[in-house]
Amino acid sequence: MKVSNELWAEQLSGKLPEPLAREIDIFETEVTLRKQGKLDERLFAETRLRRGIYGQRYDNGQRHDGRKVQEIAYPSGELTKGPNTMWDAPGMQRIKIPGGGLNTEQLETMADLAEEYSDGIAHVTTRQDFQLHYVHIDDTPSLMRRLAAAGITTREACGNSVRNVTACPYAGVCPDEVFDVTPYSKALSKFLLGHPDCQNFGRKFKPAFSGCSQHACGLTSMHDLGMIAVTRTENGKEKRGFETYVGGGLGAVPYQAKLFDTFVPPEELLPLAQAIARVFAARGEKKNRSRARIKFLIQDLGIEKFKELVLEERKNLRPDPRWTEYVKDAEQFREAPLRPGGKRPLLGSESFQRWMKFNTRPQKQEGYVVVTAALPLGDITANQLRALADIARRFTKETIRTTVEQNIVLRWVSQGDLSELHKALDAAGLGAPGAESIVDVAACPGTDTCKLGISSSRGLAAELRNRLAEKSFQLDESVQNLHIKISGCFNSCGQHHVADLGFYGVSRKMSGYAVPHFQVVLGGEWDHNGGSYGLPVIAIPSKNIPEVVTRLTGLYAANKKNGEKFKDFIKRVGKVELKKILEDLARPPANPSDRTFFSDWGDPREYSLSDMGTGECAGEVVSAVEFDLAAAERELFEAQVKWESGQVEQAGTTAYRSMLRAAKAIVKLESANVTDDPGQIVREFRARYYDTQKFFDPFAGGKFANYLFAAYEKSNEPYTPDSTRYLIDEAQLFIDAAHSCYNRVGTPASA
Amino acid sequence: MENRLAQRLPQMQHVNVKLLLRNPEQVDLEPLIPVFHDWIRDQVGEGLLLDVADYRHVDAGPGVVLIGHEGNYSVDNTDNRLGVRYNRKAALDGSNQDRLRQAARAALIACQRLEADPRLGEKLRFNGQEIEIFINDRLLAPNCDATREVFDSDFKTFSEKLFRESEYSMSYGSDPRGLFGTSVKAARSFTVTELLEMLG
Repeated sequence: MKVSNELWAEQLSGKLPEPLAREIDIFETEVTLRKQGKLDERLFAETRLRRGIYGQRYDNGQRHDGRKVQEIAYPSGELTKGPNTMWDAPGMQRIKIPGGGLNTEQLETMADLAEEYSDGIAHVTTRQDFQLHYVHIDDTPSLMRRLAAAGITTREACGNSVRNVTACPYAGVCPDEVFDVTPYSKALSKFLLGHPDCQNFGRKFKPAFSGCSQHACGLTSMHDLGMIAVTRTENGKEKRGFETYVGGGLGAVPYQAKLFDTFVPPEELLPLAQAIARVFAARGEKKNRSRARIKFLIQDLGIEKFKELVLEERKNLRPDPRWTEYVKDAEQFREAPLRPGGKRPLLGSESFQRWMKFNTRPQKQEGYVVVTAALPLGDITANQLRALADIARRFTKETIRTTVEQNIVLRWVSQGDLSELHKALDAAGLGAPGAESIVDVAACPGTDTCKLGISSSRGLAAELRNRLAEKSFQLDESVQNLHIKISGCFNSCGQHHVADLGFYGVSRKMSGYAVPHFQVVLGGEWDHNGGSYGLPVIAIPSKNIPEVVTRLTGLYAANKKNGEKFKDFIKRVGKVELKKILEDLARPPANPSDRTFFSDWGDPREYSLSDMGTGECAGEVVSAVEFDLAAAERELFEAQVKWESGQVEQAGTTAYRSMLRAAKAIVKLESANVTDDPGQIVREFRARYYDTQKFFDPFAGGKFANYLFAAYEKSNEPYTPDSTRYLIDEAQLFIDAAHSCYNRVGTPASA
Repeated sequence: MENRLAQRLPQMQHVNVKLLLRNPEQVDLEPLIPVFHDWIRDQVGEGLLLDVADYRHVDAGPGVVLIGHEGNYSVDNTDNRLGVRYNRKAALDGSNQDRLRQAARAALIACQRLEADPRLGEKLRFNGQEIEIFINDRLLAPNCDATREVFDSDFKTFSEKLFRESEYSMSYGSDPRGLFGTSVKAARSFTVTELLEMLG
């Protein structure tokens, strides 16, 4: 698209690191070959994904305009950049920022790219990356060259590869850390980037580092490979190491990482990661994407067997000097302040005091603080990026990091500069208080730009932020500190499982119309690196979610016991009671002529009207299928309650039964005579909905149906606490998929 | 090599034109969202229209953006200066005057439509005097004196045509990191229709 595309290679000649320059040249050639029809679309899709270039919503050339699906007549016609992905459709460019570390030149580069290739906004993700949206594929080689000139790569930002190595953004300055994990995260990131042993994974692989076990900042529990700093004394000397976890992950069914080793010394960090990668590449699932993350391999093998395989692999690795060189080089990493430390200001306006309370945190180095620029929904403008670069130069030695809460922090700020720094941030529109509080809602892109989005996570996040910002400082202190996280679908990019109040998008049919909903997920824990995962309680129409937040936070403020955390409060009150409190919000509106209920936040189009038939309101008649699906959800909820009270076997049986009930409901659409026999239900379901692909999710394919088949096959085996926990999640996803299937296939067959 | 590049630079492509609005504090951007969705449904703007991006939550940001293939439309609040903006993304043949005219026409027609849309409550109005012109490509047009020397006469020719009966003033942005561009302010006020007529 850009006229300058043909000039950037020349302009930056000799200014890029050679391997990156070569890498981008190769990709540019692949772009040309694809345009000439000489490169298969599937191969091109994988190659662009490995360079961080994702598709975006409507890139299949279709868009629902609120009335009907319209074909989008992209100028390049039938040319695609992947299966069912039109060449000219705008896409998303993800940009890896290892450990979230940035300098001012990089901030300014990001600003230029956001302005010239995107829509003026750079977006910080929940994994410390940046994303630019609405980027044309033709512009990506130039964009990559400009990033590379600033020392940034997009390589392996997506695809079945090692993704951004994240690290606690307070590493090196946090008073509670064991030691600074920054050097080790850098070494691992450098070592694994493009490593031959990491090129044949069935799915992505996400590593993370944390300096402590008690805070959230590193979120190691939900990563494929999680490293927590620990020390031990050997021969009277303190030695550094890592408590190492593997097989964590959110996604549709979240898994807590399992302890692999209590102490991995730094010199073993890289070879161990390499050995894990080799086992994952050799043994991980390749064909079935929904079972291809390393968490499934570990579940299938068991942690002990997995460990045995990895250690065997480690023994056989040919020694690589980089194992120690990279670590030693990285250990030279030092940060220093620009200005002498100072004293915390005692005076200041009310807004300054609020900002200091939420947006600054003391460093272990006396006289210094970390300052958070809270980015609404993770978004920052080009001008704000430049202003932030100016501020970072003025007050620090460019010690900047992105965070998993979608913010940017400045480290090594002298306390004596806080007043001036706040003024500078305020002038740039970055001085709002409330960082990491209930106002600081995190959200994935959702239906705004994501192909998988079901509900508008950003729309809801913006609405909650607006409402909460007005009153947040009057809220009870304990409520102010809660975390809200929203995903547009079950895939958990918004990290809803580890929030106090988590939401993920689902669709439901009401009064004959599809209505955007969110599942309310409660019981998650943000602290302890994402210490425990919440479970869905009830699906509520999107437009009623703000009321859910009001009720639950009000209830907590009024009824919590001394020092009781939200997670413990939820557990004490119990999900049965909580569901009762929210149940009325799940009902259709009293006045269905209020059409706003049938659209999503920030999007006035009526939500998915393709299944409306003649356009007449189907009235208030609720079909038998809807009743049956509601019953399945009720049953699943009972399973969850049983599981939480320790009745594992009953919980497993009940969750399985809820899946059968949902399957039967769907089968009845075509065959009213289906019995309660599980074998018959599964057979009929398979023949009518799986083999015909009618049940297939547009993106997840038969994944959710496979949950039913697996549950059926294992129904005679005893349920364990872990397997039941997973089954409950899978059953919820299966029932959600049944709702979606019903929305798609429409009216019941006449009996 | 530098000579070859130098021969091709600067260039005027990817022209942005922004029409500053009257009483910006009275303009509510929320009703723009359904308006832009309707534009996509009916494909009423110039070029292929694709999506709506809502950035109202960002301070002094792009506001609400109607994403198109050839160009984006927005009611943009960059630098806390609210205006109707057209951002030409696709390359355009013709002379520099042709490119300036295309972007200005696109912005003016968009503004005219918005002014006429009852959902915006007659609050969105061009202030009659101020437009900003940018070239959204730092390689083609870096923000420096050399670029200014090359394009100053183009901007003047264009402004004289646009504000035919009026004196005007021009100023350039000074931050070398910013986009190269100019702010033009007419001495008297014009309606959008008048400016469209001037453009021909």
